[in-house]
Amino acid sequence: MTADIEPAVILAAQGAEAELDLATVLLELGSVLLLLAVAGRLARRLGLSPIPFFLVAGLFLGEGTPLELEATRDFIEIAAQVGIVLLLLMLGLEYSGRELLASIHANRAAGLVDFVLNATPGALTAWFLGWGTTAAIFLGGITYISSSGIVSKVLDDLGRVGNRETPSVLSILVIEDLGMALILPVSVGLLLSAGVADTVTDIAVAAVAIAAAFAVTLFFGDQLSRVVFHRSTELLVLTVVGAALAVAGGAEQIHAPAAVAALLVGIALSGPAADAAKVALIPVRDLFAAVFFVFFGIEVDPATLPQALPAAAALAVVTVVTKLVTGAWAARRAGIGLPGRIRAGTVLIAHGEFSIILAGLALAGGIEPDLGPLAASYVLIVAIAGPLLARFADPLAFALVEARAGRAD
Amino acid sequence: MTTVRETPVPGVGVRYEFELENGRHIGVLAHRSGRRELLQYSARDPDAVEAKITLTPDEGKVVAELLGGTQLAESLAQVQQRVEGLAIDWLPLPASSPFAGRTIGDAGVRTRTGVSIVAVLRGDEAFAAPGPEFGLQADDTVVVVGTPEGIRATDALLCR
Repeated sequence: MTADIEPAVILAAQGAEAELDLATVLLELGSVLLLLAVAGRLARRLGLSPIPFFLVAGLFLGEGTPLELEATRDFIEIAAQVGIVLLLLMLGLEYSGRELLASIHANRAAGLVDFVLNATPGALTAWFLGWGTTAAIFLGGITYISSSGIVSKVLDDLGRVGNRETPSVLSILVIEDLGMALILPVSVGLLLSAGVADTVTDIAVAAVAIAAAFAVTLFFGDQLSRVVFHRSTELLVLTVVGAALAVAGGAEQIHAPAAVAALLVGIALSGPAADAAKVALIPVRDLFAAVFFVFFGIEVDPATLPQALPAAAALAVVTVVTKLVTGAWAARRAGIGLPGRIRAGTVLIAHGEFSIILAGLALAGGIEPDLGPLAASYVLIVAIAGPLLARFADPLAFALVEARAGRAD
Repeated sequence: MTTVRETPVPGVGVRYEFELENGRHIGVLAHRSGRRELLQYSARDPDAVEAKITLTPDEGKVVAELLGGTQLAESLAQVQQRVEGLAIDWLPLPASSPFAGRTIGDAGVRTRTGVSIVAVLRGDEAFAAPGPEFGLQADDTVVVVGTPEGIRATDALLCR
């Protein structure tokens, strides 16, 4: 099926030598999306998440590759940024402020265990490789954040949304997402400014902004929802996406991360407007998010992957264990039996969109050239292994239970 | 007396669960979208859902009615006896009401008066726990719970 796509891309490459002409741009853009469609279909057929497949597709489109993009690289870069904004906006829409506060209150211990166990391996690896503090914070964030997208999909696919261990899993994800809102300003602050004072200011600004978003959703949620809501999907999408992009741009202007601003817009919006926007925005988000994943692949030089692979594999093995322990510990606290604990642990293993967002920022900031390949290989491994391990959680658990019973006899 | 355990499921809704006389667990997952899932938990592993039935909001109401869920007023009266300062009232919605033909969200009853609309009675039908998207019609009866002052304010709001 890829053979269908190649001629178009080659054509596109030839056309770019002339002025940027519409035909080339459309051909190239169409070819990239078709390539993603093929990759996504393949992932579905194998029962896997499409995210790693999009990433791999991007590896074939970067500089110096046979299918190198000529005319649309800039456009794809912009679309990728829009993808980040939409991913985080949708994440914010997913939760209401009240729900977030309740989750944090009930599960802060699990959230802390999750952070300590899973950010440490990444941070230590970066230090061990001599990459410095900024890279350590980024790699710590990359190994810390599980993929809410992949995890919710797996829970749904395996019919586990109603399971008793699932609230523990989802609460951990909620806390991670808020952790993301704190990690992003810290790491971006470190990228932009060398000074500690600037970073402290950035964190303070982020904390105030988060508090403001909560205040809006808790006290003015109904009013805001009434202003934003419209029966027409068209007007709703225009309003919400427009607001998210404008706020993200405004944040970027004052050197605050656009991604966090988008997350906060999502959190601030609640009620019927958020519920309707959540449904209406899915296809828009899917389109731009896919472009973001492929763009990350484009940015990574495939030649650097083999040498990053051993460290990535080691890091993956360690965090498979630490995520398993995190989920199992949280489930145990909720009074869940052994099989449920193993389900909770394995489902958290998948990393995806947010690890890639962090890696993409680190790559763009140029802090450590080897961080991109390491992050890419790491995400590839855990995004594929996570859902597979989650699927085999039950057989694993029952084997363990029987082994225990056998020992007792 | 059966104790129903209520657990919020972040990003999804609320899960209710209780133990049957025979020791099995069953539950209802109330999605925020209005979708309802009837859950049956496994006997071998009581944390895992073994079977589920997915119901649209309308189908959920049919099942509730078949199971005798329209005895709402009766159970409400019991609640009222237990909680002091809580009042329940049945407010008629005249055709002249500004909110006939609009949604509960539009009326903003809870925001303005602190009163909750717990049910809407329409002809022989009862709609329990209507969401903000629920459309009110002329001649509906709105069942409200709140403080006596709040209910007077709601009556003024709905019927002016």
